[in-house]
Amino acid sequence: MSVEAQGDYAIIGTPVPKKDAWIKVTGEAKYADDLFLAGMLHGKLLRSPHPHAKISHIDASRAEKLPGVRAVVTGKDFPGIKYGSMPRTRDYLPLALDKVRYIGDEVAAVAALDEEIAEEALDLIRVDYEPLPAVFDAEEAMKPGAPQLHDRAANNISAETAFQFGDVAKGFAESDYLQEDFFETQPIKQGMLEPHACIGLWDASDRITLWASKQSPYVVWKQLSMGLGIETSRIRVIQTYVGGAFSGGKQEAMPMDFCAVLLSKKSGRPVKFVHTMDEVLTIGHLRHPMKIWLRTGVKKDGTLVAQHLKIIADGGAYSSIGQLSMYLPGAMLNLPYRVPHVRYEAYRAYTNNGFCGALRGHTIPQVCFARDSQLDMIAEKLALDPIDIRLRNALRPGEITPNGFRIGTFGFTECVEKALQASGWKEKRGKLPRYRGIGMGCASLVSGARVMGHSASTAQVNVHEDGTVALVTGSTDVGQGADTVLSMIAAEVLGVRMEDVRFALVDTDTTPADPGTFSSRVTFWTGNAVKLAAEDARRQLAEVAAQKFDTDVKEIVFRDRQVYVRDDRQRQLGFEELVRIAQHRQGKVIMGKGSYTSGEALIDFRTGYGNMSPAYTPSACVVEVEVDPQTGQVTVTGLWGAHDCGFPLNPMLVSGQVLGATVMGIGQALYENLIRIDGKVMNPSFRDYKMPLTEDMPKLANVGHVNVITNDPSGPFGAKEAGEGAAAGVIAALANALYDATGVRFRSLPFSPDKILFALKESDSKREERQAR
Amino acid sequence: MKHASPISLKVNGDDYELSIPAWRTLLEVLREDLNLTGTKRSCQEGQCGACTVLLDGRPVYSCLFLAVEAQGKEILTIEGLARSAGALDPIQKAFVEKGAVQCGFCTPGLVMATKSFLAENPNPSEEEVRRAMVGHLCRCTGYFQIIEAILAAARERAGKGAQA
Repeated sequence: MSVEAQGDYAIIGTPVPKKDAWIKVTGEAKYADDLFLAGMLHGKLLRSPHPHAKISHIDASRAEKLPGVRAVVTGKDFPGIKYGSMPRTRDYLPLALDKVRYIGDEVAAVAALDEEIAEEALDLIRVDYEPLPAVFDAEEAMKPGAPQLHDRAANNISAETAFQFGDVAKGFAESDYLQEDFFETQPIKQGMLEPHACIGLWDASDRITLWASKQSPYVVWKQLSMGLGIETSRIRVIQTYVGGAFSGGKQEAMPMDFCAVLLSKKSGRPVKFVHTMDEVLTIGHLRHPMKIWLRTGVKKDGTLVAQHLKIIADGGAYSSIGQLSMYLPGAMLNLPYRVPHVRYEAYRAYTNNGFCGALRGHTIPQVCFARDSQLDMIAEKLALDPIDIRLRNALRPGEITPNGFRIGTFGFTECVEKALQASGWKEKRGKLPRYRGIGMGCASLVSGARVMGHSASTAQVNVHEDGTVALVTGSTDVGQGADTVLSMIAAEVLGVRMEDVRFALVDTDTTPADPGTFSSRVTFWTGNAVKLAAEDARRQLAEVAAQKFDTDVKEIVFRDRQVYVRDDRQRQLGFEELVRIAQHRQGKVIMGKGSYTSGEALIDFRTGYGNMSPAYTPSACVVEVEVDPQTGQVTVTGLWGAHDCGFPLNPMLVSGQVLGATVMGIGQALYENLIRIDGKVMNPSFRDYKMPLTEDMPKLANVGHVNVITNDPSGPFGAKEAGEGAAAGVIAALANALYDATGVRFRSLPFSPDKILFALKESDSKREERQAR
Repeated sequence: MKHASPISLKVNGDDYELSIPAWRTLLEVLREDLNLTGTKRSCQEGQCGACTVLLDGRPVYSCLFLAVEAQGKEILTIEGLARSAGALDPIQKAFVEKGAVQCGFCTPGLVMATKSFLAENPNPSEEEVRRAMVGHLCRCTGYFQIIEAILAAARERAGKGAQA
């Protein structure tokens, strides 16, 4: 059973509303597009209409002469330095120089008095292209003689990974049963509602300021410096409120950011860019579409012995963080099941499609879909219960996986059991009528990982004389509630109330450097930093109080805006009063500081051994579906999940994260598919790119989320990841539920009505054939 | 040069005299001319609902609605719903308390749509809420906490016997 919540918290563990909810619900929160600077110009980007072409000449003279146009830039206006996050694979340019590699690649940009003039000017820029042969399929791209996208990448291999832990050949030889399957996943988009937006200013002192909607402002800051060839000290990135991110480009410096600042230099005025939704859906940062081969060897009783996973991913035109993208599926095959022998090979191929990167769960959901679908197939072949096979192989706390993950807290068995209870599995499985079914899928995720050089988080807690606290971190709230949870941690430690804590948005001039918001790291990493910073401030205050009460520092308690001696509450004073004593009488301005890093070494993503994260989370998801045999339409009629988040610092926010991630997974499983024909996106609009809607959701009574509490000793107040893992397990849960409902196994995403209808017809005709015989 | 026409708009009870090209949308005029940026610009083709405002109490996608067509009507935007955090509409309060706000970009549109919906249907079923909000995308929440908030707001209004 799960461990009960421990400790006697005033704020932690309570469903406090989000700190920024009030200004968001009144429309006051300023997102990047809501900012208007005096004299501001409007920018637009010219994009390549060709999937692959040489640029032989660009003539922007007619655009420059259009009344209202103030500046035009092309690739030649930049220093020609390639930038990117991973040192080995930097291949982005602010604007294309000599070559375009996908339909949508940025070629030139215009700043004008308004958006209409800027758009008109784009039509006047003449670009002479020499079209080149293009390649749109990852396997085709890797064949000799295929069109080459980047000089440095032979056979278009953008990233590759190969590792083996244990001895897979031996493992297969020792297995009683082998199962091999092929799965295919589709490209999907983040689908955040706020398009990318920024305002760039290059002032007369040669200082650059960028106001932008970013989830990792410091990455943007460094990449701007890299691509512009200008030191970071001359660049300042100021974060605005972020209208959803999910790694859809807001984690990096984008061409719009570079163009905004350079057009500002040329025009002497601030320049604003906002993507249209057509642009958002056309440009890169997709989830990698993958071809997945998975071979698994098991004992008769279902014990997993060996797995061999092979992946070919269409990476699109650029690298992004492709090395990490390719490492993760093989690494995460080690969780949440115990597999003694693991072999993994992955290739990420450049193609002339929009480029791929991370998206809520990165490349983990794809492999969870394959693995947890196959587990059900194996269970059926061996006449085992699909739950039993999961529980039999469940990793336990304290184990070390073959690839070197050190498993600390890990309530996976509890997750499976809680999901079963919540869903009424035992009453339903095998007892539902035809076309209704129930299935389970499981997953694991990290609580932050060291993926680049800088991975530490730092926090500053500035205590003011009115007894309030200004919390300064380098972390970004993209809607997940970092501002709230980090403020809760500071408030809990200092014994003040939520409304006493102010949370600052990132400004690279004043906030501490931080890698940003990704891999579910903020609550864990920045949370630990905030806790240390608040404890530092509390220690400074406790020293003043201990002196005043003539007692030991350890005896001082901070709670409910009061400070008192543990066993003698007569000796107490208000928090505000204590701050004044410290500041006014003793000249001590209270500033707490804390930093956290996991201390793990950077993993070589190509060879794969090492402990990626300080804590791992398991989750289990059960889905109930109903299939309409006339239309092929799938209705999700029930959804239950259990997630080991360590300790839910704010149960309402955890629930919002887990359910939101789950529904995103449902979107990938049932509806979403960015359709490309010869590199052209055919559905770049929310009209045609279908995301889940209110009516697609099950009734509230049939939705459940259970927290499995394991109180991770290395997380702040026991907390671990909660925002991504749930998106991974749900896809296999749906595949397994569909199989239960129809007897048809779907191995290719999405499970769209056409595929389902076709498969149902085929299985019906097979049944008729069998009956005729 | 662009040909501008004089128009009169009544927004959140205030009268505005403007001179704008006739093709400009209500969304553009609200945001760019009146600085009412609470109404969000997202898909700009009537799919996401983030730009929803009320015209004589009925919800419209302001990205698909010409400003000139809004003349003579009472326009209500999110800024007109509550002037201060202390005076939140029960709908806004429910969105805050139920966790219906994450990134918040869809929120103003959803709040405005809910305002109109609950005025017409003060005691909706969960099914009716789901049906009514189908024109709004939210990528963060999975909608459950939004549906809960709308039902909670309806209960709150019923409790107070509110008609507004």
